[in-house]
Amino acid sequence: MAEKKSAPQSILIVDDELIVRESLTKWFRQDGYRVESAEDAPHALKLMNEGPWDLALLDIKMPGMSGLDLQKRLKEIDKNTGVIMITAFASVESAVQALKEGAFDYVTKPIDPDHLSHIVANALKHKIIIEENMQLREQVSDIAKATDIVGESQQIHKVIELAKTVAKTDTTVMLRGESGTGKELIARAIHANSERRYFPIIAVNCGAVTESLLESELFGHEKGAFTGAQYRRKGKFELADGGTIFLDEVGNVSQKMQVELLRVIETKQFTRVGGNEVISSDFRVICATNRDLEAAVKDGSFREDLYYRLNVFTISIPPLRERRSDIPLLAEYFRGKHAAIMHKAVTEISANAMDIMVQYDWPGNVRELENVMERAMVLAVPPAIQHTELPFQLASKAHGLQADSLAVVERAQVEMILNRTGWNISRSAEILDIDRVTLYNKITKYGLKRP
Amino acid sequence: MPSILIVPIRPVDHAELTALVAPLSNAFELPVSIEESKYLDPAFAFDSYRNQFNSTSIITALLERFPEHSGKIIGITAVDLFVPVLTYVFGEAQLDGRVAVLSSFRLREELYGLDPNAKLEQIRLLKEAVHELGHTFGLIHCHTPECVMHSSTSAEEVDIKGKNFCEECEQTMRMTPFSTRSFPLK
Repeated sequence: MAEKKSAPQSILIVDDELIVRESLTKWFRQDGYRVESAEDAPHALKLMNEGPWDLALLDIKMPGMSGLDLQKRLKEIDKNTGVIMITAFASVESAVQALKEGAFDYVTKPIDPDHLSHIVANALKHKIIIEENMQLREQVSDIAKATDIVGESQQIHKVIELAKTVAKTDTTVMLRGESGTGKELIARAIHANSERRYFPIIAVNCGAVTESLLESELFGHEKGAFTGAQYRRKGKFELADGGTIFLDEVGNVSQKMQVELLRVIETKQFTRVGGNEVISSDFRVICATNRDLEAAVKDGSFREDLYYRLNVFTISIPPLRERRSDIPLLAEYFRGKHAAIMHKAVTEISANAMDIMVQYDWPGNVRELENVMERAMVLAVPPAIQHTELPFQLASKAHGLQADSLAVVERAQVEMILNRTGWNISRSAEILDIDRVTLYNKITKYGLKRP
Repeated sequence: MPSILIVPIRPVDHAELTALVAPLSNAFELPVSIEESKYLDPAFAFDSYRNQFNSTSIITALLERFPEHSGKIIGITAVDLFVPVLTYVFGEAQLDGRVAVLSSFRLREELYGLDPNAKLEQIRLLKEAVHELGHTFGLIHCHTPECVMHSSTSAEEVDIKGKNFCEECEQTMRMTPFSTRSFPLK
C-alpha cells in the first residue's frame, strides 16, 4: 500500500520524578525515537494536544491527577496513542485497572531494560497494525459501496462512463441532479476508481450546518478558538489529505464561506479557526448540488469565480422518472437488500405492485424508492410484495387515471409496459397481447418516445 | 590531538583494559590510552539499597575529572551499574557527548551459572565499548542485526551482533564533528 516516508516514532513520558524522565528520555533517544517528557498531567495534556504521539508512558502515581485519570484524558484527545503504565511494586492492582481501561501494558519500577525494549517495540507494532486495519476497513467499505450503482438504462450507463473517465484524473467534478438520485454514491465511485483510493474520501454536507460550524468543520479549530473548543480538532480538508473531499449541497453555502472555499480550493492551504499555522493539504474536490447554480450566479447569490472553479467537469444524474426501465432493477435490488437485513423470505414483487412503481413519478428518486421498498418489506407477507403494501400516495396516483378516457388509459398502459421492458418491442407486444406492428402504430399515434 | 581515554573504575581487571587499546584504536582510528594515575573510586555512586552503582553519577564525575580532555572518555568497571528507573545497564553514554561508562559485570558467564570464558568476555567488552563510544559520536541504535550499534540488553544479544559498524553507521560517524575538528578520514 501507499506509504509516506515515516518520521521517527514518538514517545511521551509522564512522571513526576526528574531522574526517571531524564533516564527514560535518554534511553529512548538512543533507540532513535522522538521523545518529550512532562512532569505532571497539565503539562502532559498540553504536549498531547501538540501531538500526535505514538506511545505514552505514564507513571501511575503522581501528585494531582493520577496516571489512571490521565490515561482517560489522553485517550479522549487521541484514542490511537498506545499507553504503557509505570508502577511501583505496590500498585499492581491499579495497573490491572489501567489495562482494563485500554492501556497496552504496564511495567514495574525499576524497569528491566530487556523487558522495556520489547514491550515498547510490541506496543508500537500493535499501534501500526491497528491503524493499518482501520485504513483497510475503510477501503473495503469504500470499494463495497462503489459497486452499489444499480441500473441498465442508457442514461445511467452514460453517467457511469463519465465517472470512470474522470476518476483517473485529478479534475474537480460537479455532480448535478435532484435530491435522492445518488450523487454521493457517484462521488464515492469516482474516488474508489481514482489514484487516491487508498486515502480517505471525506463527505461534508454544506447545507446542513450553520456558517460558523461549517467553518470549523472544514478547516478545524485550535484549542480555545471558541467556547467549547476544548481541544484542537482537525478539519475535513486536513483529513482529506491525499484523498478526496466531497462537498454536498455546495450551492447552499453562505457568501462568506464561498470566499473561503474558493481560496482553499485554489491554494490548497488554510489555517484552522483561531490558529496561525498554515496547513497544506492535497485533496481532490467533488461537489454536488441540486440548485440551479447558473440562476444563482445571475442573481448574485453564488460567486461567479467559485462557480467556474467548481464547474470543470459536470455529470448530470437523471431523475428516476427519466429512466423508468431501471425501476424494476432497483426495486429488486432493494427487496433483496432488505430481505437479507430483515431475514424475511420475500422473494418477489407482484406484477401489480411493480406496475404501480414503474408508473409513479418518484419525486424523491432512488432514495424514495428505497424507503418505499423498505416499508413494503416490513408489511409484506412472504413470499411476495403486493400493491396494497405500497404507500397510499403511490397507489392513488396509479389509480388516478381511471377517470380518464379510454385513449388516456391505453396510452398510459402502453407506455408503462414499454418502460417496464426497457422498450423491448417484442416483449411489450407479448405482454399487451397485440402484434408488433400494432404496437408500433400505437407508439406513433400517442407520440411515445424512448427515454 | 583528539584521543580516546580509558579510565579504570576500580575494581577492574587491568589486563582486560590493556587488551582493548589496540582494537578500539583500530575501530575509531584514534590514539587510545589508559589513564593509569587518575583512576576512579566509585564509592560515591554506590546505592546501598540496590547494591549497585549509579552510572549517571559516574558520568558526571568523569566529566568533572577530565574537563580538559579533547576527545572521548570511557570509564570501565567490574561493578554492576544502574540508572534509577532501570534494573541494570551494561553501560551508559552521553549521546553526542564526551563520556561513556561501561561495566563487565553482566558480561561474565559466571553470572549466568556457566564456566568462566575469558575470551568471550573480552569480545563482549570490546563490542560494548565500541557501542557506548559510538553513542558519544552521536550514533543511535541501529536496526541492522550485525551492526555493533544494534541495541542489546542481554549477553546473548551482545554475542549475536558483530564488533564493527554497519556501512550506514560508519558513514554517520565520520560525518560527526569531533570536538572542533572533523573526524579524520582514512
